[in-house]
Amino acid sequence: MEPATNSLTSTLVEPGQPAIEFKDVRLGFEEREILRGVSFSAQERETVILLGETGTGKTLLLKLAAGLLHPDSGSIRVLGKDISAMSEMELLEVRRQIGFVFQEGALFDSLTVGENVAYRLQEDKINEEEITPRVDEVLRFVELGHTGEMLPSELSGGMRRRVSIARALVTHPPIVLYDSPTAGLDPITSRTIISLILRLRDTYGVTALLATHRLQDGFGMANFRFDPQSKKVLRDGAVATPMRATTHFLVLREGEIYFEGPPDKLMNSRDPYLRRFLI
Amino acid sequence: MARTPVTLSSTHPEKPVAETPFQAASQEARAPQTPTVGEVLDDLAKVAVLKVQDYAKLSFRAVTNLATGPRYVQDTLQQMDDIGVGSLPIVLLSGFFIGAVMVLQTGTQFERFGQASLTGDIVSLALIRELGPTITGLLVAGRCSSGIASELGSMLVTEQVDAMRAMGTDPSRKLVTPRVLATLITLPLLTTISVFVGLIGGMVASVFSLRINATTFWERAIKIVEFSDIMQGFSKTLVFAFILATVGCYQGLNVRGGTQGVGRATTQAVVVSSVLIIVSDTFLTKLTLWLAEKFF
Repeated sequence: MEPATNSLTSTLVEPGQPAIEFKDVRLGFEEREILRGVSFSAQERETVILLGETGTGKTLLLKLAAGLLHPDSGSIRVLGKDISAMSEMELLEVRRQIGFVFQEGALFDSLTVGENVAYRLQEDKINEEEITPRVDEVLRFVELGHTGEMLPSELSGGMRRRVSIARALVTHPPIVLYDSPTAGLDPITSRTIISLILRLRDTYGVTALLATHRLQDGFGMANFRFDPQSKKVLRDGAVATPMRATTHFLVLREGEIYFEGPPDKLMNSRDPYLRRFLI
Repeated sequence: MARTPVTLSSTHPEKPVAETPFQAASQEARAPQTPTVGEVLDDLAKVAVLKVQDYAKLSFRAVTNLATGPRYVQDTLQQMDDIGVGSLPIVLLSGFFIGAVMVLQTGTQFERFGQASLTGDIVSLALIRELGPTITGLLVAGRCSSGIASELGSMLVTEQVDAMRAMGTDPSRKLVTPRVLATLITLPLLTTISVFVGLIGGMVASVFSLRINATTFWERAIKIVEFSDIMQGFSKTLVFAFILATVGCYQGLNVRGGTQGVGRATTQAVVVSSVLIIVSDTFLTKLTLWLAEKFF
C-alpha cells in the first residue's frame, strides 16, 4: 500500500510545532470535574501513550482531540488549528485529518465490513472504481482481505478492532487516535493489534494518541519497530528507520497528568502509584 | 519542543497511595447536601427548557439542511421504503375497518331519522378532515417514531454516531433530515390511501348493514368533499409527519443510560409524538376551519 500525502517525508505543521497540543484543558459533567487542567503535546510522528485507571479521562482526552467534545476551558490545537472554539461544521473538516479507533470498534452494524471501510471514501464522493481497490488494499493491510462481504456481527472482537483500524486509515490521516484498542482482548490478539498499530506508525509515520490501561501496549510501541523491508516487527535498534518515531507516556490520575516522560523513566520510577502499573 | 523527562504532579504529594493494586485509594468524605424544594423545581424547569431548546434546534437543523449539501438521496429513499411501504399493511387494514365502523356507528343513528343516505357524507368528511390524518399519524407514530428512536438510540450507545462525526459526517444531515423528509413525503400518501380504503370499508358496511346502494354511498361521499376539506386533512398530515419524525430522532439522539435508555427513549418517542399529534390536532382543526372560512 503506497503512503499518501502524509507519508514519512511530508509535514503538515510548521517545523517545531506540535501536531497535537493541549493547554490547561478542563472538562466536567454535572458539577464533577473530570479533567483538571491537562497540558501536553505530541510532536509529528510521535506516539503518546495515555495510561490511567478506568474513569481517569483517557477517552475524554481522545474525544477532545477529535473535537467530539468541547473543553470547558483551555485550548486544544490540532495540526496548528485551535479546535477548542470551532463550530461543528468547521470541526467536520478537521476530523477528516484524524482517524479514530473506538474502544468497541463502533462499526456500522447494518453495513458490511467493506461498506464500513469504504464509508469515508463514499462520503468524499470518490468513484466506485477507485473505492474498491482502496478498500481491498486496506483490508489486506489489516489481514482481513476475505471479510469484505461479511457483517460486523459475524466477526470476532479482535477482527472488529482491525476493521475499525482499517476504516480509520483508509484516507491516510496524519493523526490516529486509539481508544483502548486492546481492551477485552486476549494477549495474542492484543499483540496482533499492537503489531498492526506499529506497522501503521512505521509505514505512514502517523502521529498517535493511544489510550490504554495495559502497560505492555505502551512498551510494545516504544520497544519495537516495523521493518518495511523484511515486513517484520523487530526489537528497536535492529531496524534502521529514516525518521525514528518516538514514544512517550502520560499517566493520568484523577483528571491530572501524574507522570509525563519516556518509557525508561517510567520503568525505573520508584513512585508507589506508578509502580502499581508495573506490577 | 523541550520536555521535562519526568514530571510528578505537585498536587498529589501528600495523598495516600494504595499499597497494592487491589487496595483502592480512599476518597475524601463529602458532607451530603440536601437541595431545597425551590432548587429542585428550579433544576427541573431548567432541564425542561433545555430539552425544548434542543428539540427546536434539532428540528430547525433538519429543515435548514435541505437548503445546502451534502444531501443523502439514497438514505431518504431507503427511509421512504421503511416508513412508507413498511407502514402500508397496518394503514390499509386499520383504514378499512375504521371506515366500516364509522358507517355502523353513524348509520344506525341516521336510520332513526330516516336519513341513512347521509352516512356517506358524514363518513367521507370525518375520514378526510379528521380520522384519516389522525389515525394514520398515530399508527405511523407507533410504528416509526419508536423505530427511529430505537435505531438512533442504539447507534448512539454503540458510539456509531460518534464514529460518524469522527469521520467528518454531520449526523443531523445523514440521520435526521432523510427521516424527516421521508416521513413528510410518505405520510400524506399513506393518509390518502387510508382515506380511500376507509371509504371502501364504509361502502361495504353500508351495503351489507344498512342496505344502502353502493353507488349512492360513493356518489354522496365524493360530492360532499370540497377543496377546503382536502386542504384541512393534508395540512394536518404534514404537521403530524414532522412531529413524529423529529420526536423520534430527538429521543434517539438523546439517549442516556445504555440499552435501558434506548428502551426508555423508544417509549418516550411514542408517548410524546402521540400526545403532540392529538394536542396539535385540536389547534390545527381550529386554524384550518378559520382559514377555510376566510379563504375558500
